[in-house]
Amino acid sequence: MKKAFDNSSPVLVILAVFLLWEVAGLVFKIDEFILPRPTVIFVTLFKWQHAIWPNAWQTLFTTLVGFGMAIVGGLLLGLLVGYFKLIYNALYPLLIGFNSIPKAALVPVLVIWFGIGTIPAILTAFLISFFPIMVNVATGLATLEPELQDVLRSLGASRVEIFTKVGFPRSLPYFFGSLKVAATLAFVGAVIAELGASNAGIGYLMVNASARFEVPLVFAGLFVVAAMGIGLYAIFAVLERRFTAWAYRG
Amino acid sequence: MAFVELNDVTLEYVNEANVTRAIENVSLQIEQGEFVAIAGPSGCGKTTILKLVAGLLKATQGTVTVANERVTGPLKIVGMAFQNPTLLPWRTTLENILLPLEIVEPHKRLFRQNFSTYVEAAHNLLNTVGLDGFADRHPWQLSGGMQQRASLCRALIHEPQILLLDEPFGALDAFTREELWGVLQTLWQKRQCTVILVTHDLREAVYLANTVYVMSRRPGRLVSRTPIHLPRPRTLEDTFRADFIEYVHEIRRKITEGLA
Repeated sequence: MKKAFDNSSPVLVILAVFLLWEVAGLVFKIDEFILPRPTVIFVTLFKWQHAIWPNAWQTLFTTLVGFGMAIVGGLLLGLLVGYFKLIYNALYPLLIGFNSIPKAALVPVLVIWFGIGTIPAILTAFLISFFPIMVNVATGLATLEPELQDVLRSLGASRVEIFTKVGFPRSLPYFFGSLKVAATLAFVGAVIAELGASNAGIGYLMVNASARFEVPLVFAGLFVVAAMGIGLYAIFAVLERRFTAWAYRG
Repeated sequence: MAFVELNDVTLEYVNEANVTRAIENVSLQIEQGEFVAIAGPSGCGKTTILKLVAGLLKATQGTVTVANERVTGPLKIVGMAFQNPTLLPWRTTLENILLPLEIVEPHKRLFRQNFSTYVEAAHNLLNTVGLDGFADRHPWQLSGGMQQRASLCRALIHEPQILLLDEPFGALDAFTREELWGVLQTLWQKRQCTVILVTHDLREAVYLANTVYVMSRRPGRLVSRTPIHLPRPRTLEDTFRADFIEYVHEIRRKITEGLA
């Protein structure tokens, strides 16, 4: 009984929020133009599905490509920064400075370089999501207990062996933890770029809808992005459980 | 020439701000198969001596030789166990114990080929320390004492000629600690390896060692050497006998003098 409740509690919470929202909309007679009720949004979703599907695919595609690049780039850079103190000292300020730049401000630059379309969206997704991956992988490696290294060093292990036997497995929980954060950020990046510099994708759809004051369709777009974000997060949460069960002691 | 020799060894830790002299003019001869304990106040450089013998640290002055060869880097004939069990949490107990065989030659080369032999050896060790049945558990499913037993097994699996123990029982409760003295004595009598045990527990030192060295406060110097002439195998009963207690008192006196 308790277990069933634990498993269904996220769904129950979401339903409760929708219900509250719906009731508030009806009781306070909130205009659809200001805040459409969930039922209205779902009806809109259904009504506009032919317009939404291709755009959702486009956003999913750009997000996944950008996110994939972020995994590769973040992992490699994280390994370098975490493993070599010199590279850490040399590179870290630059990377922090870069990460402080609002990625929305970079979109126009990307458009100048690559034109309107898919590439700026992919690159924005990449730029916004690679940083947490890099930082976490680097942290995982840099916080490796010296005692664990001594165990291997006293056996005459090479640096590569210390990395494969201890450093890498030890940083996996950090890596998977960061993937969950980065996956959702990648959607943010893709949609930001689509809002201003694309002719496809959920962001594009939302800009168009708001230009025509179709507020329920704007919200429908938000729902689609949120649902995809939850989906991608869930996939990485499952992978995390699978590969780093030891870190959860469960 | 003795199996392990430290000749007038001084070691200084250097960082940007200052130089800390951990040990000073330490000379020490250990015969093959000897069980040596080094006792002294905390921070006196006991661990430094172990790291020097293991080749994890380089002497600032003086020389360290093991088996007639000057130590210049990590040795492969050494097994080490620390105060923390330092088991890898993502590996099972068995996998943890097999770790040295994946690194030390010639086992590394033969690891796949001889896998079943190695697993059997690991199970034998687990039996000796009373951990049979826990091979497939993860370290965090074991108690502190059990983890330390597994850590001993890991230090011994590649049949090292020298076993270096850095306060391995320091974090355990008194009952478990005394039980593990017996386990360690049995392992040593079976293996006939050379053991250097660092400890601040004088009863532990007298129970286990052939020779007990006492170090002074930092910078650590050896202030005394006490051979322990008690029959083996020693038992917990023996620790209440007058001659045992006399040894403990004698060593304690020397430590107090070293502090003065």
